[in-house]
Amino acid sequence: MRKNTVKKSHLDYLIHEFSGRLIVTIFGYFLIIVTLSLVFFIASKGLATFFHNKVSPIEFLFSKVWAPDRDISNGGPSVGALIFIVGSILIASIALILSSPFSVAIAIFMTEISAKLGKKILQPVIEIFVGIPSVVYGWIGLSVLVPFIRRSFGGLGFSLLAGSLVLSIMIFPTIASIAADSLRAVSNDYREASYALGATRWQTIYKVAVPAAMPGILTGIVLGLARAFGEALAVQMVLGNRISLPGSLLDSTINLTSIITMDMGNTATGTEWNNALWSMALLLLIISFIFIMVVHKIGRRGDLNK
Amino acid sequence: MMIRSKTTNKIATVMLYMIAFLVVGLLTAFIVYIFYQGRKSLNLHFITSAAEFMKAGGGIGPQLFNSLYLVLLSMIITVPVGLCAGIYLAEYAKPGKLTKAIRFCIETLASLPSVVIGLFGLLIFVNLTGWGYTLMSGALAVSVLNLPVITRVSEDAIRNVQTSIKEASLALGATHWQTIYKVMLPAAIPGLITGLIMTSGRVFGEAAALLYTGGMSSPRLDFGNLNPFSYNSPLNPFRPAETLAVYIWKVNSEGLAPDAAQIADGASAVLISVVLLFNLTSRFLGRILSRKFSGKI
Repeated sequence: MRKNTVKKSHLDYLIHEFSGRLIVTIFGYFLIIVTLSLVFFIASKGLATFFHNKVSPIEFLFSKVWAPDRDISNGGPSVGALIFIVGSILIASIALILSSPFSVAIAIFMTEISAKLGKKILQPVIEIFVGIPSVVYGWIGLSVLVPFIRRSFGGLGFSLLAGSLVLSIMIFPTIASIAADSLRAVSNDYREASYALGATRWQTIYKVAVPAAMPGILTGIVLGLARAFGEALAVQMVLGNRISLPGSLLDSTINLTSIITMDMGNTATGTEWNNALWSMALLLLIISFIFIMVVHKIGRRGDLNK
Repeated sequence: MMIRSKTTNKIATVMLYMIAFLVVGLLTAFIVYIFYQGRKSLNLHFITSAAEFMKAGGGIGPQLFNSLYLVLLSMIITVPVGLCAGIYLAEYAKPGKLTKAIRFCIETLASLPSVVIGLFGLLIFVNLTGWGYTLMSGALAVSVLNLPVITRVSEDAIRNVQTSIKEASLALGATHWQTIYKVMLPAAIPGLITGLIMTSGRVFGEAAALLYTGGMSSPRLDFGNLNPFSYNSPLNPFRPAETLAVYIWKVNSEGLAPDAAQIADGASAVLISVVLLFNLTSRFLGRILSRKFSGKI
């Protein structure tokens, strides 16, 4: 009798042990399923432009002519996305150029100059910056930045400059926190060796600590760029959304995410117009895959250096 | 030479201090400005009454409720999945191709633009399911957005549990699963809770993924009707539900109400207060819980 219960509870244990492990394993693999199905569904819609509407990928990527509702008599619809692609690249790169020096400087301050102020003040500040919703950034951009640009530089105010400035603030926490992590990971031996050789703090920072943390800093910059590429509403609110290439920083323009958010709701499923929007979403997906691969490459090179 | 490098050092230090003050100043100015602009709207009437379309004086009651309900729903969906995946990655996953693939997927999902996730949601949770724009579709889309974050939070929280606790449990004869379930999970709770609250704050402010999943309209809600199957009940997850963040965007792009700017100011102030509240709560709870769990009360 007793032997039996022991056996039974033993079996219970096994079942418990096994089912627990099975469940968590399934959910672990579930993440792969989610990602694959996401890629599959976006691709199946996004490729329709090329397979169903017979638009050549070259035309889609490099044509400036965006006339998705043009009549057949005028040559039929044309869905060249060059303006949106250039818009995205310009806005994201300008934001990156504006934001990176400040972000890395903050990371250096937090790790090398004053770890105490870094932990007590800057870390929470960065976390709050991350938490501010993108529509709020957009709204402040719209109600403060746009009129400010209009008053001081002329033009409409809705501009490439406004979009890039808003984005540069939004990607700052991403770059700063990753750069700070990698600076913290630099072994103190390096710093002590540098000080022992008579280097000043600044010399130690830019000749020793920053080069040693470079792979991590670059990772932060690439992830910041990825965020800048994918941000939609904040940029859309201050960009002006004029479908043309910008001639200057003060010109209004448009990017991939803005046209998707604006047109997705008022185009019918299956039309060339609608399909072109899905192709742009696919393009954004591919771009973020590329960014992740770049991050991996940087990481691997960093490992080799150690 | 020596003197020059010392001067450079001083200049660099001063510059770095200035940049740090600039950033802190910018955030302070940002928050102060939002509250200053929205001060007129931070009252009970604005927070609880329904939105008006063509005339002034509308509130944000239903939108605020939708946002909170959406956070709750998406957390109910994501937490079990993300927690299990996190346990798997922290405790069971062996280094290899498949584990690498899971990590790659997490990184990709985490860096995907939220518009793209919203479009995926539009395909699956709106069109394929045939629900149309509903709160549930929005919650599911946001869950996809959140899944990698919650998985990371859970994995970190479980990895940060002291190995001595785990070893003690195993030494007492507990199985691996018993150790995870009875010992490590409770010990990971402080880390989990702070992470979850932080993520909730992010969901609360999300808009891009919700435009084409949760919808941009809200039916007249009858807050006295608590039957979750009735169309105008606030608890019904299968109704179009515009959240607060989406509303701010819509007011600006369509802006039919004459006091659109004031509504956006007020709604931004409310949004920011809730996000700050989430942030402070997670800090506070994190400190208290970790003190409690480490036995230093």
